[in-house]
Amino acid sequence: MKNDQHSHHEISLVVRRYLFVFGALLVGTIVTVLASFIPFGIVAVNVAVALFIATVKAFLVAGYFMHLISEKKMIYGILVATVFFFAGLMFLTVWAMRPASIVHIKNVP
Amino acid sequence: MQPVTTEAHAHTVHESHHEELGFWRKYVFSTDHKVIGIQYGITALCFLLFGFGLMMLMRWQMAYPGRPIPLFGPLLEKVLGAVASGGVMSSDLYNSFGAMHGTIMVFLGIVPLAFAAFGNFVVPLQIGAPDMAFPRINMASYQAYVVGGVIMVVSFFIPGGAAQAGWTSYSPLATIIKTQGQTFWIIGMVFLITSSLLGAVNFIATIIQLRAPGMTWMRLPFFVWAQFVTAFILLLAFPPLEAAAVMQLMDKLAGTSFFLPTGLMVSGQPLPISGGGSPLLWQHLFWFLGHPEVYVLILPAMGIVCEIIANNTPKPIWGYKSLVYSALGIGFLSFIVWAHHMYLTGMGTAISTFFQTTTMMISIPSVIILSALLISLWGGSIRFNTPMLFSLAFLPMFGIGGLTGLPLGFNFTDIHLHDTYYVIAHFHYVVAPGTIFALFAGIYFWYPKVTGRLMNEFWGKVHFWLSLLFMNLIFQPMFAQGMAGMLRRMADGGANYSLAKEPGALGALSDSMIHANTAISHAAWLLGLAQIPFILNFFISLKKGRKVPNDNPWESTTLEWQTPTPPPHGNFAKAPVVCRGPYEYSVPGHATDFTPQNEPVNAR
Amino acid sequence: MEIPYTVHARQDTGLYNAKLGIWLFLASEVMLFGALFSTYILLRVGAAPGTWPHGLLNVPIGTLNTIVLITSSITVVMAWASLKMNQFSRFKLFQAFTIMLAMTFVIIKSFEYHDKFTHYEVILNDGKVVDGHLVEKTQEHVVIHPAAKHGQHAAEVKIETSQIKKMENYGPWHNTYLAIYFTLTALHALHVIGGALVIAYLWGPGSQMWKTDPERFTNRIEVSGLFWHFVDLVWIFLFPVLYLL
Repeated sequence: MKNDQHSHHEISLVVRRYLFVFGALLVGTIVTVLASFIPFGIVAVNVAVALFIATVKAFLVAGYFMHLISEKKMIYGILVATVFFFAGLMFLTVWAMRPASIVHIKNVP
Repeated sequence: MQPVTTEAHAHTVHESHHEELGFWRKYVFSTDHKVIGIQYGITALCFLLFGFGLMMLMRWQMAYPGRPIPLFGPLLEKVLGAVASGGVMSSDLYNSFGAMHGTIMVFLGIVPLAFAAFGNFVVPLQIGAPDMAFPRINMASYQAYVVGGVIMVVSFFIPGGAAQAGWTSYSPLATIIKTQGQTFWIIGMVFLITSSLLGAVNFIATIIQLRAPGMTWMRLPFFVWAQFVTAFILLLAFPPLEAAAVMQLMDKLAGTSFFLPTGLMVSGQPLPISGGGSPLLWQHLFWFLGHPEVYVLILPAMGIVCEIIANNTPKPIWGYKSLVYSALGIGFLSFIVWAHHMYLTGMGTAISTFFQTTTMMISIPSVIILSALLISLWGGSIRFNTPMLFSLAFLPMFGIGGLTGLPLGFNFTDIHLHDTYYVIAHFHYVVAPGTIFALFAGIYFWYPKVTGRLMNEFWGKVHFWLSLLFMNLIFQPMFAQGMAGMLRRMADGGANYSLAKEPGALGALSDSMIHANTAISHAAWLLGLAQIPFILNFFISLKKGRKVPNDNPWESTTLEWQTPTPPPHGNFAKAPVVCRGPYEYSVPGHATDFTPQNEPVNAR
Repeated sequence: MEIPYTVHARQDTGLYNAKLGIWLFLASEVMLFGALFSTYILLRVGAAPGTWPHGLLNVPIGTLNTIVLITSSITVVMAWASLKMNQFSRFKLFQAFTIMLAMTFVIIKSFEYHDKFTHYEVILNDGKVVDGHLVEKTQEHVVIHPAAKHGQHAAEVKIETSQIKKMENYGPWHNTYLAIYFTLTALHALHVIGGALVIAYLWGPGSQMWKTDPERFTNRIEVSGLFWHFVDLVWIFLFPVLYLL
């Protein structure tokens, strides 16, 4: 990687950002744990909340710690394709094996 | 490989940190992509021969069920014991040979040859690079391949023999067989998958990062594009199979129930397992790799054929852009068609329709590629040398293979054809007179660049015509057998379901369908004999073949032919500058019929 | 001719070779763990209603391990930033923390595993079930300490061996939830160990390269850091999925 961040000032700004992300990740963890104890009634809501927070944390790690936010298109392209195929694997397999969990059909064996 | 020209030698002296390497570092533990490519090639050809041998033995059992195998029967009995008692191939042995024939041909033969061998040798040269991006990882990936291959071969000799549940290793059968053949298969696969993943990373990084100045994406030879898409497929499709393999291993060794359903009974006894698993899960994870895998088998072949057709017409390829976009389309779509291997598992109609649709869609780019190659022949002044003969035959053979896939892609026709010999005929047409012909073409074509000598043309043509004839004699009747209802993987060649056994039974196999087995087997053995001229030609030409008149005996435009023969370590003294596209053949007004990619634009 | 772009980025991609390489590898790892996550979903959705276990894992310990990994992510990126600022000794300090946090994670995990392997479900001949931790096992009897119910104190239970129909601990064979739990976390732990070994090598003998080729060394720290962040990312999803839901 090119040495494009030479000055100490720039680095200290970046470090401050890292620490902010760190704090956000800790907060996210605590919130996830606490939220799991809230009885929403429907399991799907607990799942959605947990996965949403996890996704936000993931974006923070990937975007800032892994510098994805300043990366060029090439890496994005690879990751978008990967996520698409992963989603395809997950979604299509569940649809094929347990259609009732996706589509509301009565009397599905 | 010794540097041949003085220019290359001067350069090795120039770069003082390139000391002369000893035998082991130069030929065994090499990080040079050319050496690794040759290592992959030789190893893969050996495995192809071995896998072919397994099939030739199986074909005896199919033609003459229950009769001792001549010549090899006593040997099998001596080495493997009870499974070949009396020199007769037992059903268990037939099953393990069948499972390993598929595994070896696909994972130890075709993929290493088409992707790793040809790709490693040719791609860095064609893009103007000094080597692959990660030479040491390249060496590691070859070593992982060898380890995986050794494990697979060793599995034949353990008690109980090799894996028996098909190359598809469906659970629960694969798990409940008490012997350890499947365990070896799984561990072998983990090494092979690791090898492929490392290779895929290397190829993609190399093609993206190490293209020479002026080598834009749209100036890449189609062979490089094909390898690029193949690498992406391997990178993203193999890991789910690796996960599934780990889970199947845990089912076998740790008593888990990933793929074992509740209430599973074996030999009348309930298995002491937790249950709760699903055999279908294995199928999904397997075919998520299994389907993209077949595009791994065909794309490099299409790439090779494209290079050779352009060179021997000699004309620019028609529809270069459509070839590129079709390859990309195939790569993308290949990930969302897999359940067409599972139409009979009780999927709902909606999801089944989804997979039928995507399966039909993926046939379009395949047809575009075939059409572009076919149209490229129009108006050409065709040179019928051995590589070109194999490449020309590829076109109709792949056409038959592809078209016969269509009834399999629709679930209503697949009901009749699934798991029959029709399927075997379909995919063998694509891989055998399809891919393997393209690989033969590639060997005859690039042999002079690797060795400095040409293979014998006469014996090359003998090899070609005999192989073409016998491959068709083997696989053409299988379409009929499949449509008549002959199922796959039957150790007695279908005798149990024949009219001879049950006269008058509805749907039983007729005498002609059963007797076709004998004809097919004879054709298979003759095909084996027809490879002897090729093997002899390959080795004898190393010493006695006609020496190449210059570095570019085929008068090709691509960069690998602009290097010394064989190319020295580092390939190019300095990076070539690419000024033109890959197929500037027969440019009007040009002195020669070919214009190399790095020839400057103004000089004529 | 030397291989270009091993240290400096290629203009049009903005990447040096190893960075592209590690991202490609991480893409394949996404598919690997993705397949296992898909397996989790399918096994759970396919389980008969009410049979999917809850509360088998210790949430505070899992939370602690999550914080350990997140902290190690910040120390690993600070280690790289220190090299960018030419502060080699701070790099050494931060990276030492990373390695120690990694070891902490694995140690805590092994305690969790041990807890599962000493937790037994004993089914007696008369159909009764005793479920708890193994206190003592001899040829004639076993002593189980059942899990205490809310607020109550549970006494140890001694069972004669002849009374036992089936005795199985909470390993991956016990049910499909534990099967996927052990598979996912063990694979993840192997990645933690692997990553820690690479980081430790680059901290120790590998750090010699700082003197001869500091830019290339910094790149290696960046690449190993990217792998480490991925390991953290996987855990960010593993923790709620396995421990909380």
